[in-house]
Amino acid sequence: MSEVTNDILVDQEEDTQKGKFLTFILGNESYGLEIKFVTEIIGIQAITVVPELPDYIKGIINLRGKIIPVMDVRLRFKKPEIEYNDRTCVIVIEIRGVSIGMIVDSVSEVLVIPDTEIVQPPEMGKGSNKYIKGIGKVDNEVKLLLDCVKLLNDEETENLGNLQ
Amino acid sequence: MSEFVNDPMLEAYIFETSQQVELLEQSVINAENNGSYSPTIVNEIFRIMHTIKGSSAMMLFNNISTVAHHTEDLFYFLRENKPEQVDASKLCDLVLEGIDFVKLELEKIKNGDQPDGNEEQLLVKLKEHLVELKEVNGVSNVSDKNSKATKKQFYISPNKSIDNSNINIFKVNVRFQSDCEMENIRAYMIVHNLQDITTDFHFIPSDVTDNNDSAEIIKKDGFTVYLKTEKTVEEMTKFFDQVAFLDKYELIQIQNSDEYENNREKSNLVQEKQEESIEKEVHFTSSQQSKIISVNVQKLDTLMDLVGEMVISEAMVTQNPDLRGLNLDNFQKAARQLRKITSEIQDVVMSIRMVPLGPTFFKMNRIVRDMSKNLSKDTRLEIIGEDTEVDKNIIDNLGDPLMHLVRNSLDHGIESADERVKKGKPREGTITLEARNAGSEVLVIIKDDGKGLNKEKILAKAMENGLLTKPAEEMVDREIFNLIFLPGFSTKEAVTEYSGRGVGMDVVTKNIEAVGGSIHVESIENEGSTFTIKIPLTLAIIDGMNIKVGESRYTLPITSIKESFRPKEDEVFKDPSGNEMIMIRGGCYPVRRLNEFYKVKTDITDLHKGILIMVEHEHRATCLFVDELIGEQQVVVKALPDYIKKIKKIQGVAGCTLLGDGSISLILDVDGLTQ
Repeated sequence: MSEVTNDILVDQEEDTQKGKFLTFILGNESYGLEIKFVTEIIGIQAITVVPELPDYIKGIINLRGKIIPVMDVRLRFKKPEIEYNDRTCVIVIEIRGVSIGMIVDSVSEVLVIPDTEIVQPPEMGKGSNKYIKGIGKVDNEVKLLLDCVKLLNDEETENLGNLQ
Repeated sequence: MSEFVNDPMLEAYIFETSQQVELLEQSVINAENNGSYSPTIVNEIFRIMHTIKGSSAMMLFNNISTVAHHTEDLFYFLRENKPEQVDASKLCDLVLEGIDFVKLELEKIKNGDQPDGNEEQLLVKLKEHLVELKEVNGVSNVSDKNSKATKKQFYISPNKSIDNSNINIFKVNVRFQSDCEMENIRAYMIVHNLQDITTDFHFIPSDVTDNNDSAEIIKKDGFTVYLKTEKTVEEMTKFFDQVAFLDKYELIQIQNSDEYENNREKSNLVQEKQEESIEKEVHFTSSQQSKIISVNVQKLDTLMDLVGEMVISEAMVTQNPDLRGLNLDNFQKAARQLRKITSEIQDVVMSIRMVPLGPTFFKMNRIVRDMSKNLSKDTRLEIIGEDTEVDKNIIDNLGDPLMHLVRNSLDHGIESADERVKKGKPREGTITLEARNAGSEVLVIIKDDGKGLNKEKILAKAMENGLLTKPAEEMVDREIFNLIFLPGFSTKEAVTEYSGRGVGMDVVTKNIEAVGGSIHVESIENEGSTFTIKIPLTLAIIDGMNIKVGESRYTLPITSIKESFRPKEDEVFKDPSGNEMIMIRGGCYPVRRLNEFYKVKTDITDLHKGILIMVEHEHRATCLFVDELIGEQQVVVKALPDYIKKIKKIQGVAGCTLLGDGSISLILDVDGLTQ
């Protein structure tokens, strides 16, 4: 009996998260992130620099005794760096047990974007859109929906090029 | 282990049985080394096999149980008949085969499979050997039956009535010599011995074991035993003739059992008492066992983490920036107390995780034994310092490298017996396993007195495989020998069953480095080689020196710091390619500016404004230039996040730790910095 309720609960939880995106601002664009990956949002805090890493990995932070790396999403997308201010946020996401903080300009809101409102990004050649999973339409705005899994796991090949 | 097994009973079974099997293996090998089975060893093996049999039967692992049962039979024979001609080595082979079988099945159980190994073949061998043993020692079939019969009694509960045919009832009144003292104990000896003959008996006074006054009664009235047995009058006479300090005894055969039955009540009383005392014994052993509990390592890890957090929080409280400049006597006192207690807790938790190297070492006995048999090289394994304790995690990683090294020493190092005799060495080769503490490190030394490493061969092989990084002429012995640790290196021409694939040493180095250790080898031709493994006592907490460069903090392990000093302006000089170095007490050391090495911005670039720290790793010393020393602190080593480790292995960074103020410091790895 309890198992059944449990199943329902899990289903409901997945249901409540489905189609929900945390949106954040990066320069002029608005991005979206599937809410199920998000652990928490914290203000910017002291970052310990770790040497020899690509510049977009800013370093590591102490999140209540847990040490997690932080990535500047601006630099990740090769945008100019700006100084952090009190709007700057770190979105902590966890994918397959790997936690990472993403530094963004500011966090806006949680939106429900139904599948019908999401379109595939156009082919721009050279795989430049490989971290964008889709483009969501909300009223008159567009939100670029990030593919977090790729963002975290697609690095190695790229890094090799960077470091040599 | 717990990953695979959920059932606590099964877990306990696996844990206990593997321990028993290990003990057993040890006993067997000891026995073989002595060339004979002493009664203690026979008893021990018998006991262990009995336990394994019992628990396996309980868990319904019948094949394990039957193997144990038949081995037990074999040792039962040894125990009871004490045969003189025992082929110790053959017996060992058999028992070890049995052990291997049990081990294999255990492994299956651990992995959640059914233990489906076929024991038939082994059983046949065991039975054959038993028969052989009996024949060789001239034990007739009759006595065989007898022993079987008595053996059966072993399992029959004492209350079970024995078939009445052929039963004689005796009344025996025993008088001890007047000056023998402790009559009750003597009487108990008789009772004890009687248990071998029969289970159906009672005696007066019945409280010989726990009432010292009974001695007086025995002195006065004698000690009276009523017993039922299959034995004849002659046999009983013989039995009582052997009793020590016996003055005289009266053996009366009772025809009707009335008198016997009259005492039945008392007998029952006695039996109850006996049972009680047995229960007491059981209770006693279990209370002894409860002094040692086995704990899941995961729980210990969690505890360790928590203690680590506590050490940090304690520093956060006592070194809180808010307290700066305040004069707080009472607070300081309380803080000192807190510090004392936390460091004690830390010590205790560490000591919980410490386990002696002994069991890991003893496992090598088996390898040495099997290999020396198969390769027909007589080899002895000498073990020194097996009490040395190391963190559990490290021990888990040490087993494989040790095994590889021991195999290598035996296979590559020790010569065949003939060759050894020709060289004037003792026929028997010796491999020494030694462990000892050296500061915060443990040294594990594997030494053999074999032919040693061949420099020319190593060099040739290294050149052939393109492993040389500098001209052979420039290399010192030490460097040449250490080539063998490179991946893809093996001097053994032929690949044998045990080693020679050229992966061994590579794996050894990797495993040892994984636990923060290092290995090096020394060798003298024809005298043998010595492998020295240096491993840290623990991975979890180190004494560190915190240093500052610009805004960054780093932590150096105290053990690697030789000295720190502020250089004078003109002490540092440059070579033509711009490398800085410094002369200290006649030695010349490179200077490495940490700010340049890690591209950290700092205002302090003049050497005489900052500080130089001389660090050393494996006889390579370097002077690190940093802004300032912050202070000494015990730090809890944490790994860098997986994400970062995946991207790149950062040279010279071993991990990170949290400082008192909650900020993160990178722990430097001196090995990486001195390269």
